[in-house]
Amino acid sequence: MSTQAIALNGVSKAFKFFKLDALSLELAQGQIMGLVGPNGAGKSTTIRILMGMIPADAGDVRVLGHSIPSEQALAKRDIGFVSDDMRLFPNATLDWHMQFVASIYPSWDVNYATTLLKRFNLQPAQLVKGLSHGEHTKALLLLVLARRPRLLVLDEPTTGLDPVARHEVLAELMDVLQDDNRSILFSSHNTLDVERISDQITFIDRGHVVESRDKETFLERWRRLQIQVGTRNNLPQVPSVVDVSTSGQLATVTTNHYTPELHRVFERAGAVVHEVQRMTLEEIFVANVMSSRRERMQ
Amino acid sequence: MHSGLTISQADPRPMYLQIKEQIRHRVALGDWPAGREIPSIRQLAIELRVSVITVKRAYLELEREGVIVTQHGKGSCVADGLDLSLDLQERELEEHLAAAVRIARLLGLSDEELAARLRQIEREKVKKKA
Repeated sequence: MSTQAIALNGVSKAFKFFKLDALSLELAQGQIMGLVGPNGAGKSTTIRILMGMIPADAGDVRVLGHSIPSEQALAKRDIGFVSDDMRLFPNATLDWHMQFVASIYPSWDVNYATTLLKRFNLQPAQLVKGLSHGEHTKALLLLVLARRPRLLVLDEPTTGLDPVARHEVLAELMDVLQDDNRSILFSSHNTLDVERISDQITFIDRGHVVESRDKETFLERWRRLQIQVGTRNNLPQVPSVVDVSTSGQLATVTTNHYTPELHRVFERAGAVVHEVQRMTLEEIFVANVMSSRRERMQ
Repeated sequence: MHSGLTISQADPRPMYLQIKEQIRHRVALGDWPAGREIPSIRQLAIELRVSVITVKRAYLELEREGVIVTQHGKGSCVADGLDLSLDLQERELEEHLAAAVRIARLLGLSDEELAARLRQIEREKVKKKA
């Protein structure tokens, strides 16, 4: 059996105004991956391809060891998929939806569903059309979580949720990982959520994977250095420096491969390193996307 | 077992470091005595709602520093060794002093001026007690 929950290899898909270009990514079992990208980056297209909803033009897609789209029915028994454009039936109750899903999936866990109703503060007898946006999102999540799928694929699961609801949802997602055979792929604009719960992070922009690796490496490698360059402004050229902005005698240098050795490189050139700052995932994301766009323009 | 650890996203320190320092603190205070079992990586990740990889990193470094011991399949526990808490406090002091020196440099203070400030703080404490 494969230990990769998701493996995309060289996946391409061309639309009239957008192209997903040789996208590759891997998610190991038991891990959470955050898919981060600006609007129109290709996050939802990637998710639709791996769910078998649209065919790729080229490349290899495997989910839970099954080839997609040919074996998608098999794979989907063990996948829970929620996207923010899904709608439940407005004139049916939440309870009706729960019975419906339970009748299709033998893995439905009645006790867990009851627990989730309480934790999410949802009323089973309520009609879907009476649910708030946050309640609707939580209802969608409940319907997949109670199946205990091996893989959760969540397109923007926390968008539009208030802070309390977001907290409840993230707690439930973490709970999934008590079982280390289960994995989560989620896309989000909220880099704070991604930074907190992801093991792996994939940045995508304009149909390309900008970078995909484990979160700790991301956070460890990217730093901002405050450097006094003096009046002669003689900063040495360093390949790992992705951005320099100078104001007066001070320069702010952003690097994607920080090592203490970097201090010596600058100091040999007569500059003084005053401060080394860590960056948040959001700052890394923006710097990464901007520098990758500059490279692609060249 | 509830660890009582907390994570702040407003804290400029990375999350793995927050976890590491809080565990070190509990060990230094003796709240977590030698031999005490500590939560598994996955348990703590779920409790704190942070990724497994973050907790793993904190545990690996604590292990390397000899604060905890991990036995495969058995989980982790606080390492034996009586001088541990003293050693940890020593290290904490070291870190604070290094930070003070760094800030003093930025402010352009000489070593003598920094030392004078330290003595002054000491004197004020004594006065308050009296």
